[in-house]
Amino acid sequence: MSIIDKNTTFLGYRRENGRVGVRNHVIILPLDDLSNAAAEAVAYNIKGAMAIPHSYGRLQFGADLDLHFRTLIGTGCNPNVAAVVVIGIEDGWTQKVVDGIKATGKPVVGFGIELHGDHDTIMRASKAAREYVQWASEKQRETCAISELWVSTKCGESDTTSGCGANPTVGNAFDKLHPLGSILCFGETTELTGGEHIVAARCASDAVRDQFMFMFNRYQDVINRHKTSDLSDSQPTKGNIAGGLTTIEEKALGNIQKIGKLCSVDGVIDKAEMPTHPGLWFMDSSSAAAEMVTLCAASGYAVHFFPTGQGNVIGNPILPVIKICANPRTVRTMSEHIDVDTTGLLQREITLDQAGDKLLENMLRTANGRLTAAEALGHREFSLTRLYESA
Amino acid sequence: MIHFVLHDAKDNVAVVVVEGVKAGMAMTGWIMDEDRMIDVKAQQDIPIGHKVALKDMAVGDTVWKYGIDMGKVVAPVQIGQHAHVHNIKTKRW
Repeated sequence: MSIIDKNTTFLGYRRENGRVGVRNHVIILPLDDLSNAAAEAVAYNIKGAMAIPHSYGRLQFGADLDLHFRTLIGTGCNPNVAAVVVIGIEDGWTQKVVDGIKATGKPVVGFGIELHGDHDTIMRASKAAREYVQWASEKQRETCAISELWVSTKCGESDTTSGCGANPTVGNAFDKLHPLGSILCFGETTELTGGEHIVAARCASDAVRDQFMFMFNRYQDVINRHKTSDLSDSQPTKGNIAGGLTTIEEKALGNIQKIGKLCSVDGVIDKAEMPTHPGLWFMDSSSAAAEMVTLCAASGYAVHFFPTGQGNVIGNPILPVIKICANPRTVRTMSEHIDVDTTGLLQREITLDQAGDKLLENMLRTANGRLTAAEALGHREFSLTRLYESA
Repeated sequence: MIHFVLHDAKDNVAVVVVEGVKAGMAMTGWIMDEDRMIDVKAQQDIPIGHKVALKDMAVGDTVWKYGIDMGKVVAPVQIGQHAHVHNIKTKRW
């Protein structure tokens, strides 16, 4: 028995394309690093609008440029976003992002800075943002089926308690969501090293397995091409090692606990691609927290499970990040960052089933509107993944 | 009080889950997959989250956790001692 079943509902915002979000953001999205100042000025002018500054967007090319567009467009398309104002240094690529987001049917408009300057652009964009914010503020939540809630996961500042407590809690929740037709996601390609055979064995078909191993081996090639040592201090990180994790294999075996014991891996996507059917998806992705969660948001996920051991403080501007922790020292010293305390698991005071239900209960409250710790603390880390140098 | 946990009875290391483990302390451990308890005496101070060796191990031995290979022993380690980067290393990369 679980606290959720196929009749479970939550209160979400249904968007023009049918997708369901749990937040109602109006975002000011810069196309490139140069447009951050104007975007932040608009968000300062218009209360309730949120700028999403970032560091890239100039002179990228090929697959790296494709990923840049896919991530920005995906961010705008995310159902937690009600409407979008795009600002870019010039009109061409600005319009490309606008057109990508427009396919969802949600309100979106773009402004190029060249031939106008910051002042005029900020004024015009502020007028549009003001209209969007007032329009969005009238949107009402409605009853939605649990299967309409897309849930992603990635862990961070892991330690050994992650693999024993916090990650299996996510796995238990995923095992309960998967049969209900949920769309789930995990990734962190290099952090499966040493446990890739376990993921491969869980793939639903040979085709999925082949895709997974292709992505896994492609990332191993990147590591082998660029490594200067055995990656000591990078994977596991200094924080992981301080927390007691010794090898990448140990970290990976803990990481994989997040996909539970029952879920099959039903599909594979590249970075920031959108899943196309229910089930658990593997997304090829960096294991760096802000990059991975940013990619999950761009893929369309609405809520994120983030187990931590040593206490990663990450949040995301549009994706509520729920922190789960089983380390009693971290829960004691960093309590303001932890949404779900599962320390009882390691003292045999609660069962894994109870821990999973505790997370699912928090997930439903978060979906219904409760702010996560990271949201309340203002954590809005938005980090774009780069594949190689700019031209 | 559970001082350390392990997943699989085959594991030769386990995770300390309480603060303040000191050399000489009698520790109770929980084998999670079998819901069974074992006892080990700590031979060194071990921080929370760090591993304790459950067997004497020699250089080249495989370290098992979750019942799966998690690396190799690179310096001898005895039961009850702190098992970490000073005596275990990855087999990958």
